[in-house]
Amino acid sequence: MSTTPAADRAGAVKAVTRNRLFWPAAVLAVLLVANLAFTPDFFAVRLQGGHLYGSLIDILHFGAPLILVSLGMTLVIATGGIDLSVGSTVAIAGALACLHISESTDPGGLGTVLTALGIALGAAVLLGAVNGLLVARAGVQPIIATLILMVAGRGVAQLITDGQIITVTSDPYKLIGGGYWLTVPFAVLLAAAVVLAAVLLTRSTALGLLLESVGGNPVASRLVGIRATRLIALVYVFSALCAALAGLMVSSNVSAADGNNAGLWIELDAILAVVLGGTSLNGGRFSIGGTVLGALIIQTLATTVYTIGVPPETTLVFKAFVVIAVCLVQSPVFRAKLAARGSRVRRTTDRPYVAAPTDREVGA
Amino acid sequence: MNVHALTARLRGQIPLLVTAVLLVSMFGVGSVQYDGFFSGQVVLNLLIDNAFLLVVAVGMTFVVLTGGIDLSVGAVVALSTMVSAWLVERHGWPPLLVIPLVLLMGTAGGWLMGWIIHVFEIQPFIVTLAGMFLARGLCYTISIESISITDPQYTAMAQTRIPLGSLFVSPSALIALLVVAAGFVVLHHTRLGRNVYALGGSEQSALLMGLPVQRTRTTVYAISGFCSALGGVLLTFYMLSGYGLHAVGLELDAIAAVVIGGTLLTGGSGYLLGTLLGVLVLGLIQTVISFQGTLSSWWTRIVIGALLFVFIVLQRLITGRRR
Repeated sequence: MSTTPAADRAGAVKAVTRNRLFWPAAVLAVLLVANLAFTPDFFAVRLQGGHLYGSLIDILHFGAPLILVSLGMTLVIATGGIDLSVGSTVAIAGALACLHISESTDPGGLGTVLTALGIALGAAVLLGAVNGLLVARAGVQPIIATLILMVAGRGVAQLITDGQIITVTSDPYKLIGGGYWLTVPFAVLLAAAVVLAAVLLTRSTALGLLLESVGGNPVASRLVGIRATRLIALVYVFSALCAALAGLMVSSNVSAADGNNAGLWIELDAILAVVLGGTSLNGGRFSIGGTVLGALIIQTLATTVYTIGVPPETTLVFKAFVVIAVCLVQSPVFRAKLAARGSRVRRTTDRPYVAAPTDREVGA
Repeated sequence: MNVHALTARLRGQIPLLVTAVLLVSMFGVGSVQYDGFFSGQVVLNLLIDNAFLLVVAVGMTFVVLTGGIDLSVGAVVALSTMVSAWLVERHGWPPLLVIPLVLLMGTAGGWLMGWIIHVFEIQPFIVTLAGMFLARGLCYTISIESISITDPQYTAMAQTRIPLGSLFVSPSALIALLVVAAGFVVLHHTRLGRNVYALGGSEQSALLMGLPVQRTRTTVYAISGFCSALGGVLLTFYMLSGYGLHAVGLELDAIAAVVIGGTLLTGGSGYLLGTLLGVLVLGLIQTVISFQGTLSSWWTRIVIGALLFVFIVLQRLITGRRR
């Protein structure tokens, strides 16, 4: 180890760029700064009528449901699975809650709203358990097991709302997704609380380690005595619960449940957020902080596209390239090829007489 | 052939038999229940209305047989309708030039995805997801609105009815059946077809046997891309418009048709004609629901989901017992 200040500085830079959260954070920062060019007061946050307002607050506010869904998705992906049914769960949860509130005699009552939340979250536990049992017990591939609910769930949501959009007027319900608490949007606080709880649960206990070991090598973790079946089933229930909370937020924010469009394609955005955050799709390691950054990147991108005035649908093109780029960077084969090419260049320029290359890089 | 091999072979065909029985009994119940259901035209309408789905599902069968999945098919169908409508209507290109171009585009896109999947060992799911984003996004960069087609050649293809006795079919239905026939020959009677099954059975073994794994995989995704583009052309005939929201969720229908048709999602086992049955079952569900009249359209999704569930559990039981 060299001790010159220059080398130290280089080492520090390397340590920062090596950090898992560096690249997602850098992308988010660049996106935010780029917005300054179009909206000079982009970073301005002002207090108005006891509520915080500003583009940054908006990004957090509208990004909250995606953060929640992505959080559940992160843990599912950590076990080597995937949950395609979250979008349907979002729609079903919103539909059930709004149906209960709209049919009750006291739509503004706290009891009614709490019952509605109970119904929605209870249904989510049920849906998650179905996914979990299919994957963990029956051994169906996660993509396929959750595909069933993705297809059928959308129909169920439309069945609940009878194909209509159910509107509700209920102040306590409005609080979840559209209200403010201590000047901050309540949805942001709720999402932050759930994220914090998940971080504590997975990183301060052995739970995170167990999840990663199940995702990394299911056979080995079974041999060391980890009850993978229960763990995997639990993760799908958690994912469904997160999706249901997100569904409550979405429907509460617009005071309506739309079985057809609520949470449409949110599963894809959630997977994208997880991938952007540096969690490997192969399972075995995850980063909740990265996922939150990833979700914020997606939400910032959406906001940016709206402010620039480009048709919002064209963000899909951008997302496609991001997905491929991130997957290539994660791909060991791609990295090995890049490393091989880089070292070949270095060899030919610096040390032309070096012996035949070893295949050590391939293992990288 | 000994008894064990025979029963093993029969067991592999259980999903296919179940599908066939389901199809016949659904048609039977429909015929008893509803007036005018029992007619040849209802069967032919199944083909006419689902021609594009059938073509897409044939491509999907190839991919699923190798153990992969292609989520981009619906988006590629939409992009094909969009590009066709855009070039024909806005730029006045002749359809005879546009259609081959669209087919080439789909094939090249599929080939590229297959190449990325194989060379960089990324999951097919995520690569084709990116392909889906890209194709849908490209639709919107062409136009946000739907572009309707008034070109006489396209309208002729949409309106032509080929008489079969007192009944009729559309040219699209015939094209779809041709694709099924071609797919059948390629899959069950050529070297490529054997390679597809070998790759789906075990990639390791296929590699050790010296089979061209990379070429097979890229070809399979290219076939799926070609079928999606052709499905898009057929959908253009059917809808007479190009729109970025055409064929939303078609990938799910195609996967459902393949699964209901008895192809194992883990790859290596299945029949192309099973996919034809699968598409017919999906079409029949819609027909029954429209004949019933009181059931809303979302019941289609619920029934398809329930069928998927039954067939996937059935598949697990069969493969679980075989091991």
